Amino acid sequence: MSEPLLTIKNLKVSFDTYAGEVEAVRGVSLELDSGETLAIVGESGCGKSVTAQTIMRLHSESNTRIKEGEIQLDGHDIVHADEKEMEAIRGETVGMVFQDPMTSLNPTMLVGRQVGEVIRQHERVSRKESEIRSVDILDSVRIPNAGKRAKQYPGQFSGGMRQRAMIGLSIACIPKLLIADEPTTALDVTIQAQILDLMKSIQREENMGIILITHDLGVAASIAQKVAVMYAGKIVEQGTAEVIFKKPRHPYTWGLMQSIPKCDQKKDEDLYVIQGTPPKLIDPPKGCGFAQRCQYCMRICKVQEPPETILEDGHRCSCWLLDERAPRVKPKRKGGDTVGE
Amino acid sequence: MENKKVFLQIEHLKKYFKVGGKARLKAVDDVSLKIYEGETLALVGESGCGKSTLGRTVIGIYKPTEGRISYEGYDMSGFKGKDRKDFAKLSQMIFQDPYSALNPRKTVGDIVAEGIDIHRMLKGEARQKRIYELLALVGLNENQANRYPHEFSGGQRQRIGIARALALNPKFIVCDEPISALDVSIQAQIVNLLKHLQKEMNLTYLFIAHDLNMVRYIGDRIAVMYLGNLVEIGPAEAVYHNPRHPYTKMLISSVPVADPEIQYNKEIKRDNCELPSPINPPKGCVFCTRCEQATEICHKERPKMVQTEEGHQAACHLLQA
Repeated sequence: MSEPLLTIKNLKVSFDTYAGEVEAVRGVSLELDSGETLAIVGESGCGKSVTAQTIMRLHSESNTRIKEGEIQLDGHDIVHADEKEMEAIRGETVGMVFQDPMTSLNPTMLVGRQVGEVIRQHERVSRKESEIRSVDILDSVRIPNAGKRAKQYPGQFSGGMRQRAMIGLSIACIPKLLIADEPTTALDVTIQAQILDLMKSIQREENMGIILITHDLGVAASIAQKVAVMYAGKIVEQGTAEVIFKKPRHPYTWGLMQSIPKCDQKKDEDLYVIQGTPPKLIDPPKGCGFAQRCQYCMRICKVQEPPETILEDGHRCSCWLLDERAPRVKPKRKGGDTVGE
Repeated sequence: MENKKVFLQIEHLKKYFKVGGKARLKAVDDVSLKIYEGETLALVGESGCGKSTLGRTVIGIYKPTEGRISYEGYDMSGFKGKDRKDFAKLSQMIFQDPYSALNPRKTVGDIVAEGIDIHRMLKGEARQKRIYELLALVGLNENQANRYPHEFSGGQRQRIGIARALALNPKFIVCDEPISALDVSIQAQIVNLLKHLQKEMNLTYLFIAHDLNMVRYIGDRIAVMYLGNLVEIGPAEAVYHNPRHPYTKMLISSVPVADPEIQYNKEIKRDNCELPSPINPPKGCVFCTRCEQATEICHKERPKMVQTEEGHQAACHLLQA
């Protein structure tokens, strides 16, 4: 088998703040092939966005340090690339879609010109030609009346339309990897369905790899083949979507799945709650990051970090419960589908 | 449902905003509904459909352009001075964004006691005691009363917002997207809290949201709005599992389910139409520009509410035949 499109090995990223060092990403490893979609799910502050931004080296150089690890993207060594190399990589090899299309598009620039700018950054074409091509791109992201729309400002677009323009912008040079950071969080469900649908069809056409960052498990289920669950700067569990949704092994994943109402949820039955809040990464816990909130917490969990256990089909999970000496537990839930073995 | 006591009745409510010149933005256009005592009425719809405006009008933040809101039989437009203040005690609001809804320069205690101070209900020690009581009620502790909002996480801030809403022993709370800014695991905490409080204090909720999954769980009835119009209303299970209006069907089919198997097999209707402007809404049925089943009459005449089963109504020409 050929090299994967993206390989991240033991990535550690820290921010220096007045209060001290914040360990935002604490050892993340993952792989992604072309044509594959990986969803990174987790709560706010778990390091999912920082991981994605590091792939593009979008963080500020002054206070952010890549402490350890390597990122290989389509033959490029991202961690050691200089700024000039990075500028060529951004847009051409990897594109990014941000959460809020209003703040990431330039409000004072015509939409067509913004898309054209991306093309001109990477290819030697005239402004006129780039703008003609930008109309095609806007058309391909299903913006009706693309010719007219290209000559409008982002403020004249609706939210869903702006996000489509944003996707157009990021795929203008047909990158091999598309990173979408909460692309649909600010949108309505009907528009969200359209955007996800659009991303799927672009992927099929161009055989792109997609990393989708989301906190919505439903969104992850509808688009991803692979899912990585992050918590407190680490990937606690990753595997195929099937495995993560049907047979999750980490108590945090159990908690996440159970805290959304099920189709058959009884009204008088309380929703499952993960007690407490995530740990502060300025002073990360010594053992497992989830130990304080975990109802199955054992003595070792608070002292030593759990190793990654490799289960079938590339399903990997870091939890002491998977140790052969640990008691066998199942998530507590009446009725519903059982999770775990 | 009918034998229940009507708490709040809205009749032909209209709320238009001036948007320069003679143009009017029809945020809420002829909505009639009833809210029963002790129930949770969930109000859903896309952004810009007027659901927040309706919530704010009901509670008296906006004055209706036309129509009548009656509260336990009294017309709300007649409330002035003391009556208005008394109504304010009974009806409170919880806001969407817990970051901007709390005054950053006030301590949590003062924020929670804002209503108490305005209505001059308690003073000194009694006031302090009440603050502690309220904080305990929402799962915060006493020594957090002297801290400032920025020291709290999003979920905790939402709890502070809830404590503030409960301070005056209200009967009715408008919850304007109280959970959409929160993480999944925190959402569950807040929803459970709201449900427990409702049971304990016999509260009536108007729960504005766009997360249909959550709405089905928390709501007794669901009302669906589109472009300022009420298109469907009925018992939560009926609306969710047996939607009658094409718009409701579209909304429900676009909700992603956390199950890859269901997702892969689901056919998503591709619809690239945008929401028409509420300044110049379509003639006839407001949904006709996006509706696949629209016929001639839909473009000409606005459909009336049709009762499809007990307590379940929808406004669609297709149901009239």
